[in-house]
Amino acid sequence: MAGHAEHIDKSDLWGGNMSPYSTSYGKMMMWFFLVSDALTFSGLLIAYGFFRYTFQGTWPVSEDVFFHFPGGIHAPLLYVAMMTLILIISSVTMVLAVEAGHRNNKRGVIKWMAWTVVGGFIFVGSQAWEWSTFIAGPDGDLSTWEDNATLKQNYYGRITKETSNHAFSPVYIKEYMEHHAKAENPKIVTWSEDGKDLMVDGVAVPENYLAEEYLHHSKDGHGHHDGPIAAVTGPLAYGQFFFFVTGFHGFHVFSGVIINLIILIQAMMGVFERRGHYEMVEKTGLYWHFVDLVWVFVFTFYYLL
Amino acid sequence: MERDDLIVNDSYSLNAHHSEEEGVKIRKKIYLVTVILCIITAIEIGIGMAGVNRLSASPSTWMGIKWFYVILTLIKAGYIVLVFMHLGDERKNLRWTILAPYIFFIIYLIFIIFMESTYIKDTITSFIGG
Repeated sequence: MAGHAEHIDKSDLWGGNMSPYSTSYGKMMMWFFLVSDALTFSGLLIAYGFFRYTFQGTWPVSEDVFFHFPGGIHAPLLYVAMMTLILIISSVTMVLAVEAGHRNNKRGVIKWMAWTVVGGFIFVGSQAWEWSTFIAGPDGDLSTWEDNATLKQNYYGRITKETSNHAFSPVYIKEYMEHHAKAENPKIVTWSEDGKDLMVDGVAVPENYLAEEYLHHSKDGHGHHDGPIAAVTGPLAYGQFFFFVTGFHGFHVFSGVIINLIILIQAMMGVFERRGHYEMVEKTGLYWHFVDLVWVFVFTFYYLL
Repeated sequence: MERDDLIVNDSYSLNAHHSEEEGVKIRKKIYLVTVILCIITAIEIGIGMAGVNRLSASPSTWMGIKWFYVILTLIKAGYIVLVFMHLGDERKNLRWTILAPYIFFIIYLIFIIFMESTYIKDTITSFIGG
C-alpha cells in the first residue's frame, strides 16, 4: 500500500529522511510519557509495599474489606472482579477500534470507540460507587477507618475472640495480656465466657468501643496507658493508600475517557478520514491500554495479595 | 504528494495499514488474547473468593499463591503491552528502548524494597508511629 497516506513528506519524518524506529514523533512521545507514568505508579506501589511491611501485623485482608456488592450482598471481590472485566473489555474494544483504523474503516472506528467510551464511563461510575461505600461514615467525615461503614462491619470495629482470631489482632491482644500479667497492679485481661468480649478487670470492653480508647479513658483521667494496647484499629495508611492509588488511577481513567470522547467526535467528523490515517486512535489507544495495564497491577497488589 | 522518503517495506507507523483478510486474522488474535485475559482474571478472583488468603492459608502455601498471582499478573501485563499496545509488532530497537530502561528501574526498586524495608519500617515507626 505504498502511498496510502499520501501526504507523508520529509518533515513528518522528524526532519530527516528516515524516521527513528519507523515511528511518528507523536507515538514515540506517547510511549515515553507512558514509561514515565508507569514509573510514577511503580513508585506508589513500592511505597505501598513499605507501609504494608511496616504495618503487617494489622494490615487487613482484602476479602474482609472489599465484600460490598450493590443490593447489600456479601460477595468478596466480586465487585472489583466486575470492574476489572469492564476495563479489560473496554481495552479490547479499543484495540478493535485501532484495528478498524488500520483498515480506514470509519464506521468500525466510531462503533468501537463509542463502546470504549461507554466502558470507561461504567468503570468510573463503578469506582464512584465503591468509594462512596467506603467513605460513608456515620458522622459524614472522610475518615477511612474508625467510623467507616465498610471497616466498622468487620473485625476491626469490635474486638471479640471470634473475630480477633480471624485477624492478626491476637498477636496484639496476647502481648497486651502478657504485659499486664507482669505489671505491678496487673489488670486481668480475659475473654468473656462466650468469647464475645474482651474483659479488663472483669468489665467488658463495650461494643463498638475501641480498646485503645477504653484504656485511655479508664486511666482515671490521666490519659496515659502503660504498654502495648489491644488496639486493632488497623493502620490509617491502608485507607490512605487505597484512596490515593485507586484515585490516581481513576483520574487516569477519567482523563482517558475524555480523550477517547474527543477522538470519537473527531472520527465522526471525518477528521482522520481526511488526514488519511487513524494514528490518533492508536495513540489514545496506547494511553487507554496503559490505564488497563496499571489496573492489572493495582488489582493484584491491592485486592488480591 | 507521492512518497519520496527512504522508508522501506512500508513500515512507517503513520502508514500502518492492513487489508480485510489480515484484519480477520488480527481480530482473531485479539479475541484469543481477550479470552486468555478473562480466564487469568477468573482464576485470580476464584482463589480470592474461595477464601484463600494470608490468614487462612499456611505461610508456605500463601508464599506459593503470592508468586502465582505475581506471575499471572506479569503474563497479563505482557499480553496487554505486546498485543494490545502493539509493542510486539514494533521494531526491535523501539521495543527495547521502551522496555529496557523500565525493567532496569523496576529491578532497582525491587532491590531497594528487599534491602531497605526494615530500615524504612523503623523510620516510619519513629516518625509516624507504629
